[in-house]
Amino acid sequence: MKYDVRQLRLLSNDEIADGIFDMRLEYGADELPVSCGQFAHILVPSKTLRRPISVCDASDGVLRLVYQVKGEGTRILSEMKPGGTVDVLAPLGNGFRLKKGVRYALVGGGIGTPPMLYTAKLCDSPLVITGFRSKELVILQEDLKAAGAECVLCTDDGSAGKRGFVTDILRERAGDYDEVLACGPTPMLKAVAALCGELSKPCQISLEERMACGIGACLVCAVKIRENGEEIMKHVCKDGPVFDAREVVFNG
Amino acid sequence: MADLSVRIAGVEFSNPLIAASGTFGFGREYGELYPLSTLGGISCKGITLKRRDGNPPPRIAETPSGILNAVGLQNPGVDVFINEELPRLSSQNTRIIANIAGNTVEEYCLMAEKLSDTDVDMIELNISCPNVKSGGVQFGTSCESVGNITAEVRAHCKKPLVVKLSPNVTDIASIAQAAEANGADAISMINTLTGMRIDIETRRPIIRNNTGGLSGAAVFPVAVRMVWQVSNAVKIPIIGMGGISTWRDAVEMLMAGASALQIGTVLFSDPYAPVKINEGLNEYLDKKGIGRVSELTGAVVPW
Repeated sequence: MKYDVRQLRLLSNDEIADGIFDMRLEYGADELPVSCGQFAHILVPSKTLRRPISVCDASDGVLRLVYQVKGEGTRILSEMKPGGTVDVLAPLGNGFRLKKGVRYALVGGGIGTPPMLYTAKLCDSPLVITGFRSKELVILQEDLKAAGAECVLCTDDGSAGKRGFVTDILRERAGDYDEVLACGPTPMLKAVAALCGELSKPCQISLEERMACGIGACLVCAVKIRENGEEIMKHVCKDGPVFDAREVVFNG
Repeated sequence: MADLSVRIAGVEFSNPLIAASGTFGFGREYGELYPLSTLGGISCKGITLKRRDGNPPPRIAETPSGILNAVGLQNPGVDVFINEELPRLSSQNTRIIANIAGNTVEEYCLMAEKLSDTDVDMIELNISCPNVKSGGVQFGTSCESVGNITAEVRAHCKKPLVVKLSPNVTDIASIAQAAEANGADAISMINTLTGMRIDIETRRPIIRNNTGGLSGAAVFPVAVRMVWQVSNAVKIPIIGMGGISTWRDAVEMLMAGASALQIGTVLFSDPYAPVKINEGLNEYLDKKGIGRVSELTGAVVPW
């Protein structure tokens, strides 16, 4: 079995930055193995659609999901209390494809940062560049350092770390790395993909799209992909969420 | 243990639950969770003569107790369905319904011909898709066009023919009668209700197609009412659908006049819904001392 629905015990669900919550769920050794960049599809009581949330970490018997409250569904999620259970369909999607001996530069923008933690844990001394609008929204810096990553933080307004965009740092540092892995808002991914194209650097990006089934049956989370010279519609949930940046047709 | 089997147009289903077209693909993904024989049948993703890429995203928006979707019939085309999906599906011990949609009456007829020589158990005529520019619902909103397309496809179709009706019409009972009079073996209903949501920050419709089809629990009472009206107007069996989420909903839809059921949107919150609905149906029948689920069809006692 690749994925299944489980009732997982909620260990904690704390606000770690303005409107950003850190949910930890008991995820024993008998559960299905999770790879970095995959996601979990969370049932929100009273809602028709599950909420897809990227895996922040899946070590030591804990499934960690860091999410931002963006609407009513995530607000309900943020009010769930430890001790109860959460209905989780996981693990879903294809995550980052890691190879031994490759030097990785990881790029996380805003709420695209969480999947970079588990990814960093599975890479050998990676560089992790993270960017946020301002210091109130900065997350996971200590966790990333503890994972053995070299962290470079930047904010749009300079209120924490360097002032500027993740692509400014990536341009300076990319020469020391073989491949780039990125997750974040679409404009950032587009800029990272363009930069990697310019530098002829392989790049994998994790995409987001409004989703329903989460497993590839309903075809709603479409993304335009260039494959063998042809543009076709693939799906974030089953074919992704991680794609080769060169294949993604932005604004398709 | 009650008898859950039902018979529609000579085709026997092991239980009344059929996956609704567009929510279940070709069964691969949900087949990872349970055997496809859990379902009485599968109505496959709507297929067209040639491959279609569908609409640009976003294709979905959540609504109170439901969803709006506008996928736009993305599918690999009828030949790929027949050659690459059907051989696997037809050995799963569940009934396979091919849902077909076309731009022209001729395309529907050609697909019905191709599928007549395959292992599909039934053909469902999709004349109710609200999310494509041509074809789809344009054939499904007047008695004349429904009668015409049903008669034309009937002449090219050797399989039992189910006509799937749109609820976006003034008088669904007369549309159903037009299908029946022109050779439909069964009716399936309802397809989605056309709807729209707007993002008040960007002033843009949430769905890229501007409008979409509403499904889920929100539409259930509308579906029950329409199934009841149609069951009073035709003699052919009805496959009822529209927001069925629990075994209680299933009982209700059967009582309204449905002989079998399709479930769709509920799968997105609970992929195991078919298992649970069948269990609940069985327990209800046992508790009431009813031997066969088919005895519930049309069992409503109207005031």
